Amino acid sequence: MRTAVSPLELLEPRTLPEALRMLRDRRPVTPLAGATDLYVGLNFGTLNGRRFLDLSRLEPLRAIRARGASLSIGALATYTDVIRSPLVRRRLPMLAAAAREVGGVQIQNRGTIGGNVANGSPAGDTLPVFAAAEATVVLRSAAGERRVAFAEFYTGYRKSVMRDDELIVALEVPPVPGKQWFRKVGTRLAQAISKVVIAAVRAPRSRIALGSVGPTVLRVPRTEEALAAGAPIAEARRLLQEEIRPIDDLRSTAAYRRRVAANLIARFWSETS
Amino acid sequence: MKRESRTRSVGRAVVRKEGREKVTGAARYVDDVRMRGMLHGRTIRSEIACGELRGVRLEFDRAGFTIADHRDIPGRNVVSLIADDQPCLVEREIRHAEEAVVLLAHEDRERLLAARVELDCRTGTAVFDPLISTRSFKDVRIEKGDVERGFAEADLVVEGEYRTGHQEHAYIEPNGVIAVPENGGVVVFGSMQCPYYVHKALTTLLGLPAAKVRVVQTETGGGFGGKEEYPSMIAGHATILALKAKRPVKIVYDRAEDMAATTKRHPSVVRHRTGVRRDGSLTAQRIEVVLDGGAYTTLSPVVLSRAAIHAGGPYRCDHVLIEGRAMFTNTVPNGAFRGFGAPQTQFAGEVQMERIAEALGMDPVELREINALRPGDSTATGQVMRDDCSALDVLRAGVKRSDFRKKRRDWKGTSRGIGLSLFFHGAGFTGAGEVKLASRAALELTETGVRILTGTTEMGQGQRTTHAQIVADAMGIPYDRVEVAPVDTARVPDSGPTVASRTCMIVGGILMECAREMKAKLGKLSPRAYLQKHGPLVVEKQYRHPEDIVWDDVNYKGDAYGTYGWGCEVAEIEVDPDTYEVRPLKLTAVVEIGKAIHPVLAAGQVEGGAAQGVGYALFEDCAVRDGRVANHTLTNYIIPTSVDTPPIDTVILERPYRHGPFGAKGIGELPLDGAAPAIVNALRHTGRDLRAIPATPERIMEAT
Repeated sequence: MRTAVSPLELLEPRTLPEALRMLRDRRPVTPLAGATDLYVGLNFGTLNGRRFLDLSRLEPLRAIRARGASLSIGALATYTDVIRSPLVRRRLPMLAAAAREVGGVQIQNRGTIGGNVANGSPAGDTLPVFAAAEATVVLRSAAGERRVAFAEFYTGYRKSVMRDDELIVALEVPPVPGKQWFRKVGTRLAQAISKVVIAAVRAPRSRIALGSVGPTVLRVPRTEEALAAGAPIAEARRLLQEEIRPIDDLRSTAAYRRRVAANLIARFWSETS
Repeated sequence: MKRESRTRSVGRAVVRKEGREKVTGAARYVDDVRMRGMLHGRTIRSEIACGELRGVRLEFDRAGFTIADHRDIPGRNVVSLIADDQPCLVEREIRHAEEAVVLLAHEDRERLLAARVELDCRTGTAVFDPLISTRSFKDVRIEKGDVERGFAEADLVVEGEYRTGHQEHAYIEPNGVIAVPENGGVVVFGSMQCPYYVHKALTTLLGLPAAKVRVVQTETGGGFGGKEEYPSMIAGHATILALKAKRPVKIVYDRAEDMAATTKRHPSVVRHRTGVRRDGSLTAQRIEVVLDGGAYTTLSPVVLSRAAIHAGGPYRCDHVLIEGRAMFTNTVPNGAFRGFGAPQTQFAGEVQMERIAEALGMDPVELREINALRPGDSTATGQVMRDDCSALDVLRAGVKRSDFRKKRRDWKGTSRGIGLSLFFHGAGFTGAGEVKLASRAALELTETGVRILTGTTEMGQGQRTTHAQIVADAMGIPYDRVEVAPVDTARVPDSGPTVASRTCMIVGGILMECAREMKAKLGKLSPRAYLQKHGPLVVEKQYRHPEDIVWDDVNYKGDAYGTYGWGCEVAEIEVDPDTYEVRPLKLTAVVEIGKAIHPVLAAGQVEGGAAQGVGYALFEDCAVRDGRVANHTLTNYIIPTSVDTPPIDTVILERPYRHGPFGAKGIGELPLDGAAPAIVNALRHTGRDLRAIPATPERIMEAT
């Protein structure tokens, strides 16, 4: 049953410090940016929050820029911003590829990178990219800034180390050595949620991250090590299937996800050789 | 024939009647309509698939609420259709999880949605498998020749079982109505295909005379069969609330409720046993058709009938036995859906033909050429084909146009595949249906021309336009002099339901007769001059059944339909070897439809039907858990987007039907029949043996 909207309260800060103060003083409060995930919850009555913090006026958080060798993607950068950014296309093409596969144009115009990370769905299309790129999540609260390695950000299904007085302000991506590779397998060619999603980097120390095959986005260290050590692809496929934890759900089956993830590792390896 | 040579708008792509309103957003759909004092209605549903209702607890502040249950029904508590077995509101027995139990209305939608109602139920043992169910809504038996003798003549017998799932209509506008108390009766406005079905259901439900119930169709955003019978249910609910509240009540379902609670396409299990000689000729067809009817009869008997009649496909065979049954299960009732049983059985039949060709080591086109119905041949019901039997023509055109043979050779052993289907679709009601309906349509003279009065409806398919074209040309007046009256049961006659690919062919035919008589009455007078001299003029005609169409409903013998549309679809696909995703590359659709009254609308029907068939073949999968649709959203119930739908090369052939207006046959449903088998046969060409749809990547993986 749809959530009633008239009792909902919306806070509208104009600056980041104001937003952080509201986040500290007006708890419980749920931050919102593009609201593309939030509206799904609203529509199905699964939205728990009653007070919301609208971040859309915090224009500085939308910037995508180089910080020395690193790429900084503001939390409010939309998928469209990412797709259009020459910096992203040059340094992190797999992120542009992931952004192109999210929803339709309307969703790409509204949905934000910070929102995708904060929402923490295991099917989030950009999460494997940040995992494979070994990004850093930049968090800010009224008390100051905190930087968390992406690999340590999620602690379980839709759970993270982010405190409820913190906001994601940016994703920082260090230089990514080697060839980048991305493949989303959705329920159809567009407007689809992932059944399996993979981002990978081919380098002396290759990195592979997968979504929709476990409670959170997963890196597969044993598979990566085996490939780095020159193991045959059959061995990598076997290890990968041990490392992922897919389930049956409305979108697909565990068996399909397992086999397709293994097939895609082999494809990644042959296409980037 | 002279008249036809003078046609001015038939065969041309004239501007559709309501096109401007739809494109500019001026068209008003039911949810655009607001009335003074209007309440919103909500339906509290059973939530268990089988059981008994013991009690209802209303756990909210009742201020401003109107609350109704079965005791508020003044007439009979049924949704009147074929069998009056479905209650409008549950009294005690619960047969599926989406049955309406209590109705609430309030002017504030949020308070309405927040109201909590608890049902106290005793849960019974539900049946979900139609093969296990012992309760049949209808059995059909079609027998021709002696099937055992046919098997004795065979060199080879091929057997197979084929399955199809539910399909959701996914019209863009969900079901919705507004009921308004008026003069001791009710007026219902709503999105619907069949206003007179709603009218009949309401007079039964309310125990009111016909004149006290008025049903008005609002602009309708798609139907596909999903607004054939269900509007009678939702209209009943809104009416009960409106009469109790003495205020207008609107009920418009959101997508989730619409997908969970309204009818779907019948799932099927079809078993084939076919005898064939070495030379490819069929000697025997034994076919068993089982449909999952869901919890109430709805239209299952007639869906089964059409399913069974089409089960043998467009092939000649002297010895045929087709047995069908539509079974009860504790699921949401299945009902009308574009194709009405024929897509299910022709999917099975066309995959079976492909497997027969394989078993014989024969080219699949050649096998079909050998057996395709020709003029003079007879169908399973013994209907003798006339000159407008075009099975061979569409097959040959499809093969040539798609370069089928070359691609078949070149792509062997690759991840690409090409497959085809040959199919037919009976136009108009099955058997004696049109005789029983005795549909009427009328023309009313206006100052500048005429106005069409029909009870059939525009739902996007283009009936206003094609009817106006037929009338304009039959009268010899310009197309824009023909108006179409809004569909209001107080104003228009009952032209029968807007279903069964009948609206252009049957109702258009009645209108053509009206137009001829109107023209004769006018003589040399202009409409204005006639009105001044003689006053108002309305010409109304009733359907006259051609004497050369004869059907025996007891033995299922004879002319099941006045005529058939014919189709051949060729699917070209590519399978991703790593993800098992199928990318359709191209569809070639050749149809023979008598006469394309409006070539663009006709092509639109073919493309739309084929696209809906692509969804049926590859994507659309209702996940039914404990009798409920678990994926009742368009996020998880996957219909193809424009990028998932391949380019469709449409070819329209015309062989006039002797009783159709300007030769027109039905077209609406035909194109859906062929896409799924063509795609699955293309998958077979890549070496994957699939016998169930949708052919999802998960299923294709199992077959790889």
